[in-house]
Amino acid sequence: MYQLLKQILVTGIKTEPYPQADEALRVAAGRLRAEILESFAGALTIRHVDAGSCNGCELEINSLNNPYYNLEGLGIKFVASPRHADLLLVTGPVSRHMEVALKRTYDATPEPKLVVAIGDCGCTGGIFGESYASCGRVSNVIPVDVAVPGCPPTPVAIMQGILTAISLSKT
Amino acid sequence: MKLEDFQFELRQLPGAVAAWHGRVDAQQWRTACQQVRDKGGRLVALWGTDDHDRGEAFAVHAALVVQSGLLVTTMSLDGLSFPDISDIFPAANRMQRAIYDLFGVNAENAADRRKWLRHAAWPADVFPLRKDFVTHHLPGATGNGEADNYPFVRVGGEGVHEIPVGPVHAGTIEPGHFRFSIVGEGILRLEERLAYKHKGIEKRFEGMTLAEGVRLAGRVSGDSTVAYSWAYSMAVESMAEITPPPRALWLRALLLERERIANHLGDLGFLGNDAALAFGLAQFLRLKEDCLRTHQALFGHRYLMDVIVPGGIARDLEPAGMERLRREMAALEQTVSLLKSIYDEHAGLQDRFINCGRVSRELADRLGLTGVAARASGQAWDMRVEYPCVPYTELEVRMGSHRNGDVAARVAVRFEEVFESLRLSRLILDRLPLGACATKVPGVPAGRFGVGWIEGWRGEVLVALETGDDGRVARCHPHDPSWQNWPILERAVLGNIVPDFPLINKSFNLSYSGHDL
Repeated sequence: MYQLLKQILVTGIKTEPYPQADEALRVAAGRLRAEILESFAGALTIRHVDAGSCNGCELEINSLNNPYYNLEGLGIKFVASPRHADLLLVTGPVSRHMEVALKRTYDATPEPKLVVAIGDCGCTGGIFGESYASCGRVSNVIPVDVAVPGCPPTPVAIMQGILTAISLSKT
Repeated sequence: MKLEDFQFELRQLPGAVAAWHGRVDAQQWRTACQQVRDKGGRLVALWGTDDHDRGEAFAVHAALVVQSGLLVTTMSLDGLSFPDISDIFPAANRMQRAIYDLFGVNAENAADRRKWLRHAAWPADVFPLRKDFVTHHLPGATGNGEADNYPFVRVGGEGVHEIPVGPVHAGTIEPGHFRFSIVGEGILRLEERLAYKHKGIEKRFEGMTLAEGVRLAGRVSGDSTVAYSWAYSMAVESMAEITPPPRALWLRALLLERERIANHLGDLGFLGNDAALAFGLAQFLRLKEDCLRTHQALFGHRYLMDVIVPGGIARDLEPAGMERLRREMAALEQTVSLLKSIYDEHAGLQDRFINCGRVSRELADRLGLTGVAARASGQAWDMRVEYPCVPYTELEVRMGSHRNGDVAARVAVRFEEVFESLRLSRLILDRLPLGACATKVPGVPAGRFGVGWIEGWRGEVLVALETGDDGRVARCHPHDPSWQNWPILERAVLGNIVPDFPLINKSFNLSYSGHDL
């Protein structure tokens, strides 16, 4: 136990400054009213849905909770059910086999809700595109507010995407 | 199993893998498998091709491990069926069902002929990897809301009930469905339903140039991008009959060991977390992040995507980068040693790890467990040791292994492998040859066949590649070790309680994307 406590003290606090929202990532302008966004800020819950990714984006979403990015420090946390979520973080081209599950997850998320598509595949279908097995981009299946490109996008870019979704549209 | 014992002609494939290719008839197809199995060999991969466009028929191919290396057998089919080999290699079961879903050719008399890769995205009488398959006959981009209707095996009896889990899981993990049959908390049966992520990767490869294909290969399973891009490049280099410069090969091994270290660090953190030691997750993810940042600085990508390309590597390592790696690895080794002693002495953690999700040595052998999980179940088998390619031929890898086959053993092997990969990385840096880091890849003639075979962090990754008339990809089959290990997870959980499933599952950490294709 001594070693464990000592290691915590030696490690110290690693969290780095948080990034700002980035308007360039916004797809749909201002779907939610200012007072709702205000109540999301500081207490946002996220349900992640992998709709067919290569699992690269999942690695970076997991990185969001490492001590450097410490997403929970912003009052943003991942929840186990869409029914508890304010925002869906969706990765992948949407495989046809995940299409129904993604729509059901979207429907199970209570209004008002936000959707952030993650990665080149989530934004455009990426290298997998549209095919007999893939519906392509996330917005082909459910409405998307913010899309974050990258293969995979860095944790900072994903954070920016989430923060953009809960900030007021500047346009 | 010696090569001269086989009753058919064999041709050695050029390139870095010790691999032979032979054409067999229906009888030899089974005999060869039986011979390999009897001598303790294994099935690595099984896949189909549609060769009608060059005046032939459907064919099936098996990649088998024999004493001398890899043996690929090819059987051209007379009709729409081939002899079942799932009684010889149980791992063949799902691979044969996948071949049916994609080509419409059946494993004759196989006990289990349920669909596997297909849910409802395309009709039962349409086969996407046939050359005459036309995408536009299918419904539009979306709107096909049909259910899967998969015939799960039902468990009956008093007090038995089912827990369906997924495809959307509670954590940040990939989608798949688990059907538990339980009494109280005890698991009587687990049945997996995968292929939710099937996104048509093999079809996507068709018609790509050999240079374009490596990018897709590197995205079959993102966490194994180095292993896949190396295996793919190896296959191209075999077909083109070229050898990358020594510096490129040594750097590829450095990247592969770095990928192993980064993934094992992540797994060790999550395994601590799944046993309620959040400290472990915070510590190990910090170390992993340090590695990723070094990758970004030295190779331009946090996960090393697109660094390995046919002919060599796309980015050389500067002397300053070598110094940074040495410093980082020294600090990493020290911290991991400390964390290992904390894990080892943490009673609560060990109580969850020990005897949890056990796969006996006999079961692992019978069902064909592979990779890091196999080494934790007494299967002393690591390609870097048994069939080393350059530079492993000069590195003398010390294989990690354990006998108990439980979560604790899979944790122990990961720790061993982190230390060994650090040692190997240091050796590589010390002995890194000078010179160019890539060579030009000439055009590859039509009808060439090549394989790449790499011990990735999860297990052995195989890529089989064939060129078409225009020198482009006619067929590419990437094979993930998860194909072998998913069915064994179903066995590992038996007799355990449902709340231990996440821990057991994590201790295997199998790829959904790499399997679903």
